[in-house]
Amino acid sequence: MSELIKVTINNKVVEVPGDYTVMDAAYVAGIDIPRLCFLKDINETSACRVCVVEIEGIRTLKNSCTVKVKDCLARGANSIVVKTNTERVKKTVKNNLELIAANHRFECWRCPREHNCELLHLLRKYNIPNTIGENNAFAKKEPIFNITDSIVLDSSKCILCGRCISACEKLAGTKVLDFNKRGFETFVGPALNHNMEDSGCIFCGKCIQACPVGAIREKDDVDVVIDLLEKKEYYVIAQTAPSVRAALGEEFGYPIGTNVEGKMYKALQELGFDDVTDTNFAADVTIMEEGTELIGRLNKFLAGEKVALPLITSCSPGWIRYIETYYPQYLDHLSSCKSPQQMQGALIKHYYADKIGVDKNKIKVVSIMPCIAKKFEARRPEMEVDGLRDVDYVLTTRELARLIKRQDIDFNNLPDAAIESPFGKYTGAGAIFGATGGVMEAALRTVKELLEKKDMKNLVISEVRGTEDGIKEATLNINGLDLNFAVVHGTVNVPEMFERINKGEKKYAFIEVMGCTGGCVNGGGQPVISAKVQDRIDVRKERAKAIYGIDDTAKLRESHKNPEVIKLYEEFLKEPCGHVSHKLLHTHYVKREKYSQE
Amino acid sequence: MAIRAQVVVCGGTGCMSSRSEHIKNEFVERIKELGLQNEVSVFMSGCFGLCEKGPVVVVYPDMTFYSHVKVEDVEEICKEHLLKGRIVAHKAYTEMTPEDENKIKKFQEMTFYAKQERIALRNCGIINPFDINEYIARDGYMALGKVLTEMTPDEVIDFITKAGLRGRGGAGFPTGLKWKLASKHRGKEQMYIICNADEGDPGAFMDRAVLEGDPHTVIEAMVIGGYAIGANQGYIYIRAEYPLAVERLNHAIKQAYENGLLGKNIFGSDFSFDLEVRLGAGAFVCGEETALMASIEGERGMPRNKPPFPADKGLWGKPTIINNVETYANIPQIILKGIEWFQSIGTEKSKGTKVFALGGKINNTGLLEIPMGTTLRDVIYNIGGGIPKGKAFKAVQTGGPSGGCLTYRDLDAAIDYETLVSLGSMMGSGGMIVMDEDNCMVDVARFFLEFTVDESCGKCTPCREGTRRMLEILEKITGGKGTLEDIDELETLANSIKDSALCGLGQTAPNPILSTLKNFKEEYIAHVVDKKCPAGVCKALIKYYITDKCIGCGKCKRGCPVAAITGNIKEMHKIDTSVCIKCGACKVACPVGAIITA
Repeated sequence: MSELIKVTINNKVVEVPGDYTVMDAAYVAGIDIPRLCFLKDINETSACRVCVVEIEGIRTLKNSCTVKVKDCLARGANSIVVKTNTERVKKTVKNNLELIAANHRFECWRCPREHNCELLHLLRKYNIPNTIGENNAFAKKEPIFNITDSIVLDSSKCILCGRCISACEKLAGTKVLDFNKRGFETFVGPALNHNMEDSGCIFCGKCIQACPVGAIREKDDVDVVIDLLEKKEYYVIAQTAPSVRAALGEEFGYPIGTNVEGKMYKALQELGFDDVTDTNFAADVTIMEEGTELIGRLNKFLAGEKVALPLITSCSPGWIRYIETYYPQYLDHLSSCKSPQQMQGALIKHYYADKIGVDKNKIKVVSIMPCIAKKFEARRPEMEVDGLRDVDYVLTTRELARLIKRQDIDFNNLPDAAIESPFGKYTGAGAIFGATGGVMEAALRTVKELLEKKDMKNLVISEVRGTEDGIKEATLNINGLDLNFAVVHGTVNVPEMFERINKGEKKYAFIEVMGCTGGCVNGGGQPVISAKVQDRIDVRKERAKAIYGIDDTAKLRESHKNPEVIKLYEEFLKEPCGHVSHKLLHTHYVKREKYSQE
Repeated sequence: MAIRAQVVVCGGTGCMSSRSEHIKNEFVERIKELGLQNEVSVFMSGCFGLCEKGPVVVVYPDMTFYSHVKVEDVEEICKEHLLKGRIVAHKAYTEMTPEDENKIKKFQEMTFYAKQERIALRNCGIINPFDINEYIARDGYMALGKVLTEMTPDEVIDFITKAGLRGRGGAGFPTGLKWKLASKHRGKEQMYIICNADEGDPGAFMDRAVLEGDPHTVIEAMVIGGYAIGANQGYIYIRAEYPLAVERLNHAIKQAYENGLLGKNIFGSDFSFDLEVRLGAGAFVCGEETALMASIEGERGMPRNKPPFPADKGLWGKPTIINNVETYANIPQIILKGIEWFQSIGTEKSKGTKVFALGGKINNTGLLEIPMGTTLRDVIYNIGGGIPKGKAFKAVQTGGPSGGCLTYRDLDAAIDYETLVSLGSMMGSGGMIVMDEDNCMVDVARFFLEFTVDESCGKCTPCREGTRRMLEILEKITGGKGTLEDIDELETLANSIKDSALCGLGQTAPNPILSTLKNFKEEYIAHVVDKKCPAGVCKALIKYYITDKCIGCGKCKRGCPVAAITGNIKEMHKIDTSVCIKCGACKVACPVGAIITA
């Protein structure tokens, strides 16, 4: 705790600790300094020069985002004077914004970030003229694109803030992106602008969530789905991931972490989906399959057989791409279970179709996901049964919001709806899949209760909850055996996890890995929150609260108690990890190379 | 028989590109032929400084200075001078001063050297840089010996501080103070000392001369510096475009290790020091200290925010001192000759000497080392030998692309750090480009800006976008399409870039523009209002005319690549200005100076 220093900022006086930044001090004083490239703890490069301020005693203007109050003190002084609103500062900030605008391709009305673009916000706020940009005497940089089926990089909108590069490095740990060339020709992309798909990218979308503008975005499938719904050639069934309901409302002005499940269902019905199901149902099924798989491996281990332990979850496709690319030697540790998205799709086409009397060949499954990598997962060659894709299209939460708006649905005034489908019934365990630790907690509830043949006293396993640590560990006594479990969120933490496994100090039975820090509630497809808000509140925590809230008040909280799941096994699957399950609900993985194509 | 004479051939890059190594080999051959090999030795030394007269050969001990030596001249020099003792007058340096017309001047008698004081360059032109013994013979490594055996680290810092040495890389920061700031970390963690040998300024080759001609002075100084601050590891970051310097430096380091002057327990003390060379890769920005460190770390060479300053958090996050080559070159002499000696040279606030690379419209192009406080008039007209062809002096650019220009009003200014800044320029690394009446100052600004735009790293908005926009405006102006608004816009941009750029490159990039706008506004006005280039340089604004001096020889017509000239023999010729591409071939071809630009 450093000493308090008096800061006079625009004639307001505050006292803050010395290691506060000037921007922090301004915040305390109620002054909102404009910023573009600053993203706390992730990108602190002070590249944009929009947050510059005048500090008495310092010749040039200084970036308030990283300069600490104590570093501004003149020798012997114990207070500083800062000005953010002098002619000099205002002129400079205006110039810098104008310069950024000059090289930006404006198509705001079509841009998916129109409503939360951080550049547009500042241009509006300061009434910046686009004098340089509209003057033909000034050249615009060459637009450079990097297009994949999940993520699109568009340099014509890029402001070169570097937030995506830092997010990839610090949250995904894959360092796929960097600046290429230099000066005016600089652009962001993988080395030599090699295609993202073949550059070690795992499609987690942390870059998208870090981008202040529309330069990195999801591959948009809204038009494709509108076409599907309007043409009415197919029976279109929607499924909704656990995390979507916790964040969709944010695109319509609801506070972060509002559970809008009822409106979400209603909107999907209004959009014309022939049926609406809930991926939370398949989450419960996943627990049955994976729980059984875990018990199977543990039994083998206890019998002295060679078996790949720890078992590692496989529902995060970004994580799957990660391990296939960077740690393929551990592929046999992965659960062979498909993710809930894929299980739901497979079950819809090969079981549910019969139940509702629709020709399976006429069904298209559209999943609404918080995740970019799900677009990739749905296209994996393995993800089909008897020639039918498990999932046909994936829309991110953001795309669903755009679809709802495009089709003139007044989301805010929709009544809550419930869904009738048996594939929409879920337990609290299924609901918490969206938060880091959720899959682990759901699995442990079922595994412990099934093995001990009695209900758990306290269903909440708090050691696996929370976002503070990248790796959370817990030890549970199950049927007399003390078993170690770990939960990893953010692939940047995976190398450390493998180190712990290899060190051998602890033997882990089961590990949950989610590619995105905070879990799926913070997925790459979720509404993008501005840097200013991200700096101050833990969005992951707020959204997770919504889904833990669903679990807290749910009547049923263990997957194996879901009556529709029980029925599914009785009527169709027979037993978890049985013959039918293996055909529909299990998969295998491949080793991936990077920079393998020309 | 003992060696009675030495033939010293300049081995600086300039003379080497004019075959000085062949000249040396020829000397060896011829001397052998004449049987003089036991009496006359030959070796290559560092730069003599008077590059205009290269290749330079000096014969010791009689100090005859041969200039513009060709391989074909060697035979005569050997037969006449070395064998018979008769100076070859037509190759010996002569001076065209009013007092001494055509008088042969010996080395160091020459007016060029009279006002110089060679401290950093003391061994250049005198010793063989490949032989450590020659360095040692001129008190080399004696300073290190004194430091390691008689002084404590803090005493060394105190000594350098009292001497008043300031950084020679451009900023002029007091060296002792810099070392002191780092020394507070001594003994607590790994520390580094770096030599900045990137020397990116166009036209600057001071550091190159020191490294090629006297590499050991830098090595010795770095060990002294390492001892003073507490670093046992040094790096010399040298631009890859200096292959001769790299080769000689590596050789010198190897010899230093062999002689126990690098490595473990130097001079039997507790102090060990390792030194390595690291190469640059063609980026001017890597001369900026934080970008330099990023480059050594293997990262993209982009500057970082200060604070934290390198003295606290530098290379790999450790306390680091970075000094320029010339700064180091002064250290050993200061230690040996003492504080009073150094204080006796220079002005009140700028002690010691400065090496300048004099270029442009000047008779004596080359390197000179002068005491601070020498006037610009002395540099240009005395040491520099005045402006060629009797042209009028117009301006002198100091500080390269980061500096400004001084005009005839400043000719009697004493050159030191403060004075140059007060006149709107800066010392910079020491480049000095002289301009005469035939230089267009707008074009000069454009030239420097073109360099800066190409070299901008691209990180921060004002430099990446702003300098490019300034260049576009300048190109518009020199292209004849400028307006008065453009000049205003130029000035506005220049000021906000200067105020908000992240690093020194961006902050000083506008200096040539601001300086020429201040001192030569009328030229800018002429370009935009009258659409004329007074100096006759900007192609779009000049036309070539044949005056009545024309004698009708037809040489211009024959030389014109686009057949724009018509005329009969012995009659006045005429240029069709609509066809003319302004290449200037006709002007060069005309024997009577009848072709002018206007």
